[in-house]
Amino acid sequence: MSRYFTDEHEWVEVEGDTATVGVTDYAQEQLGDIVFVEVPEVGTELEQGDDAAVVESVKAASDVYAAVSGEVIEVNEALEDEPGLVNTSAEEDGWFFRLTLSDKEELDDLMDEKAYKAFVDGL
Amino acid sequence: MSETIENFLELPLGDWHRGLGARMVPFAGYEMPVQYEGVMAEHIWTRTEAGLFDVSHMGQLRLSGEGAAEALEKITPGNLSALAPGKIRYTLLLSQDGGILDDLMVTNSGDHLNLVVNGATKHDDIAYLRDQLPDRLTLDHLEDTALLALQGPKAETALARLVPDAAKLYFMEAGSFEWNGIPLGISRSGYTGEDGFEISLSAGQAVALANALTQMDEVRPIGLGARDSLRLEAGLPLYGHDMNADILPVEANLSFALSKARREEGNFAGAERVLAQYPDKADKKRVGLFVDGRQPVREGATVIDDSGATIGIVTSGGFSPTLQRPIAMAYVPMNRSETGSAITVEQRGRKIACTVADMPFVPHHYHRKSKP
Repeated sequence: MSRYFTDEHEWVEVEGDTATVGVTDYAQEQLGDIVFVEVPEVGTELEQGDDAAVVESVKAASDVYAAVSGEVIEVNEALEDEPGLVNTSAEEDGWFFRLTLSDKEELDDLMDEKAYKAFVDGL
Repeated sequence: MSETIENFLELPLGDWHRGLGARMVPFAGYEMPVQYEGVMAEHIWTRTEAGLFDVSHMGQLRLSGEGAAEALEKITPGNLSALAPGKIRYTLLLSQDGGILDDLMVTNSGDHLNLVVNGATKHDDIAYLRDQLPDRLTLDHLEDTALLALQGPKAETALARLVPDAAKLYFMEAGSFEWNGIPLGISRSGYTGEDGFEISLSAGQAVALANALTQMDEVRPIGLGARDSLRLEAGLPLYGHDMNADILPVEANLSFALSKARREEGNFAGAERVLAQYPDKADKKRVGLFVDGRQPVREGATVIDDSGATIGIVTSGGFSPTLQRPIAMAYVPMNRSETGSAITVEQRGRKIACTVADMPFVPHHYHRKSKP
């Protein structure tokens, strides 16, 4: 099991062919109080870079892009009643959706935790 | 390309905000605080305690000379010549065809008028005013002047510790005061729907006053994010979003700003077009919307009819921290503008059900003088 990060402040946790996707703690801090998360429907085929989800704060809506390609197999239903999970537990309970990876080579372009930390420190 | 922060002007309290951990963003050409601890917490703090807002980006103007109020009436629909000393009026700056160029507060300060206009439009406003007003009048842009707003149910208690007499002002009244030898122009007004004050003072003294206020237990600094959600709940339109030069006052649901005397005179810029819509003959109207579900609709989302055709537009939208539900302002056809009308908004391909709601969404708590 390994975790990858993107320069759009998403994390991707990979276990076999399945990836769990969310936004990082840095992202939730930047977004502020999250009041709604629009997740993709189960069955959606996402291509890397597609609009995958929308995070709504009090003031603004922010797009979340698909960090990797694949078919959405599960979404985090808990976010419907408790979108603030993204603020309180961005990198664990506040996950957005799971997908079946269609191209594992895409992971090669993502950052590991150390590289992401260096990226954030440089912002 | 992202905007570089160096291109933005610095306000008198810029370092003060940074020192308090504010997140700074470009706004109206300045670098300004969007939030400190978080929009939700700051919003609720202002509704229950007192929030201090730095609104020094707004244009503070001084208009002096014989007949200033009468001259200003040529480009505003407010009854300014009847405005008593110490009183404030909300009015609109109108183009020659009646479009809204800005909304502003006008105060009768005795031997002159004080105007407060929006930050993003102030330079255009000044050019228009100079062009339209007679040469015998003098319009000064008070650039070295800060503006702080103290808003919320504890605002009076807090400010009265420094300036006891400010508590004697009622809503939409203003006066000159002093604190520690510093002259303060104080208005009982604001943009949150709460009781509160707006305090004009020399830029060099702004940090001292901001510190004196935020040292009090009731007062916390509040950013632009909460300013926007507070004014949305209060039903107050934001220039450049909920109204612009293509919108006429009746459409903007600002008919209250067309004073009776001025409607009868009909001698302000664009009066013919403006009054042709009065009181309810416009094709469209700005209304409030309750949005079903939890997902906010945002500025730019379209209002559609049953066939999917666009019939209106959302001009402000967000999540109401007080009501814990999404609310919005939108332009809708007049025949769908009654409270309770069902409205469909389309956003990113999804249809979202809304209902026309009375504004303000959250009741105002102004400190009004009770009618005799």
